[in-house]
Amino acid sequence: MNGAEFVPLSLPPLLIGICAAVACALPGNFLLLRRQALIGDAISHVVLPGIVVAFLVTGAVSTWPMMLGAAGAALVAVALIELIRRLGRIEAGAAMGVIFTAMFAGGVLLLEQTDTSNVHLDVEHALYGNLESLIWLDATGWASLLDTAALAGLPPELLRMAITLLAVIIFTIVFWRPLKLTTFDEGFARTIGMPTGVLGLALVVTAAVAAVAAFDAVGSIIVIAMFICPPAAARLMTNRLERQVAWSVVFAVLSASLGYVLAGYGPLWFGRMDAVSAAGMIATVSGVILALAAVFGPCRTRSGAPSVV
Amino acid sequence: MLVEALTLQLGYNATLVVIGATLLGMSAGVTGTFLFLRKRALVSDAISHATLPGIGLAFIVMVFLGGDGRSLPGLLAGSALTAGIGLLCVGWLTRYTRLSEDAAIGAVLSVFFGFGIVLLTVIQTLGAGRQAGLDSFLLGSTAGMLWSDAMVIAIGGTVTLTLVLLLHRPMTLVSFDPDYATARGLNVGRIDLAMMGLVMAVTVVGLKIVGLILIVAMLIIPAVAARFWTERADRVALLAGAVGGVSGYVGAALSASAPNLPTGPIIVLVTFAVFLVSLLGAPSRGVLAAVLRFRRYQRRVHLRQGLLALAQGQPIYEKLTLRLLRRAGLARADGVATEAGRARAAKALRDEKRWEIVRSDHAHEAAAQLYDGLRPIESILTQDQIRDIDRRIGRPREVPL
Repeated sequence: MNGAEFVPLSLPPLLIGICAAVACALPGNFLLLRRQALIGDAISHVVLPGIVVAFLVTGAVSTWPMMLGAAGAALVAVALIELIRRLGRIEAGAAMGVIFTAMFAGGVLLLEQTDTSNVHLDVEHALYGNLESLIWLDATGWASLLDTAALAGLPPELLRMAITLLAVIIFTIVFWRPLKLTTFDEGFARTIGMPTGVLGLALVVTAAVAAVAAFDAVGSIIVIAMFICPPAAARLMTNRLERQVAWSVVFAVLSASLGYVLAGYGPLWFGRMDAVSAAGMIATVSGVILALAAVFGPCRTRSGAPSVV
Repeated sequence: MLVEALTLQLGYNATLVVIGATLLGMSAGVTGTFLFLRKRALVSDAISHATLPGIGLAFIVMVFLGGDGRSLPGLLAGSALTAGIGLLCVGWLTRYTRLSEDAAIGAVLSVFFGFGIVLLTVIQTLGAGRQAGLDSFLLGSTAGMLWSDAMVIAIGGTVTLTLVLLLHRPMTLVSFDPDYATARGLNVGRIDLAMMGLVMAVTVVGLKIVGLILIVAMLIIPAVAARFWTERADRVALLAGAVGGVSGYVGAALSASAPNLPTGPIIVLVTFAVFLVSLLGAPSRGVLAAVLRFRRYQRRVHLRQGLLALAQGQPIYEKLTLRLLRRAGLARADGVATEAGRARAAKALRDEKRWEIVRSDHAHEAAAQLYDGLRPIESILTQDQIRDIDRRIGRPREVPL
């Protein structure tokens, strides 16, 4: 593997995959502990109607309106879930199931109704993403990383994903203590005057932003997998939140890089020419990591004590 | 066109689809009810996504055995296999690790689905053109439905419905009170597994028509909608079956009546419309009923407080109170009580005094519990008791003007 091939073809997708995985895994830790893990699932389903509506309004496949549409749809879905949960006194899981499936169905219907034959907008794309196609044509080798002219040709998804990751990291660091407190003892947090409702909403919004940005680059499979699998595996490794977050970042990076490499080069080892879906492979690797953690993790049992004393 | 579709006169394929969708809707609605009552609605999401790798594996196996690779029973058997494995994974993760069920569901659905997509891309590379149609299981596709496909759906739906009928008592018991069910000697784990197995069967059967992403809606939404109309579990199940059947019928007919109306999404949206109507219009649990109930309660409180204010000669500033009193003919526009108003006010004040005695007297403890400031005392105590209390209060006095 030389630089002339690796840098333009594999480096950008690899970096984008890693950024997306970490950006989803960070809020995923808190969502997991708050038993809201499936919010990520719901968000990633309603992204489809969001981008279709944005496409219908603007009439073009442009990034920002679509991301706004997707984020808007995510917020609408969260609000609707909360609304029908309260109005109809329905259990949260069922409320979620009602809203996201209905919105997804609406998105598919809108997509079928509009003429999208000449644009790249379909359900499969929304699900799998197109990680492999995010290549950097201007690069010629490792030296291009220092070449400003070539750097300008980087896929825009990389910059967007990096900025999103940075924003998620800043959110996590700035609100670390309040987030930790509201996650573990919401009642206490409220008595000392913390706006727990606002914090909870901020967390969901952060998750939605991460999901939408990642979705644009890598598809919704990775989004759901990265929201849940790395934090869940990390949860089985330790009892401390700090270490759990660190583990989840390690697992996310590991899944993204290993998954991408396996998808791109794995088939070659079996004598096949074509690569398999990178998004699917990343999700699969994260599942394998979770399975290993569930079988061997030191804190896997419910009591919280390490199983080997 | 729609009328023709609804009366099954739109051709062979459309008729097959409509009948299949109706049967599927009925069995999904009934089965989903127990899932919903057990508060495990989203397990169906994990099950449905976990069918994808099975479809891929079955296709690969059938191609390697020299078959067509697209025979529906084979694909469905494969999808049932991995859905079952996914289901067991959710159960294992929830029971033997500290992860909660929602995390287990999310992990299983994303990982299995991701692996399924890997398999689909592998199939794409197996040989050009042979993969055609496998991704139609994502969103369902009814365009090329065959008689044999319809038969698979019909038989699967009927078998599922029969099993639900046989198992509905233990499943209801486990849904409402698993501890009691255990005490009765039922094996809760096994009944749960049976319930999820039925859900899995419906999911697999529904793959062809609505696809694996939207089958979740057919399982959950009818039950949620039916729950608004009744408080009895067996009626919820029957209603959910009816809602699912009607939605499947209407949705499939609608989608056949015009181009570019995909069957699965239309069925889901019809079901969702039924849900919306139920959410808003159902008696007692619906939003409209709740609003009306609240307004009635609000009026009673305002009227009562207004009467007490009149009786004690206090001015009334609250606009709603004044309006209510005026409309009932109890007060004039300037807030002065009419003849009838003075009588009612005196009665209200006396009732309040009676309640005061009741609540301070331990002999009336049970009655005092019912005090909410609105309930007429005659509906709680007998005439004799009231007379007794009145003796303790003394003679009525003139209402101050």
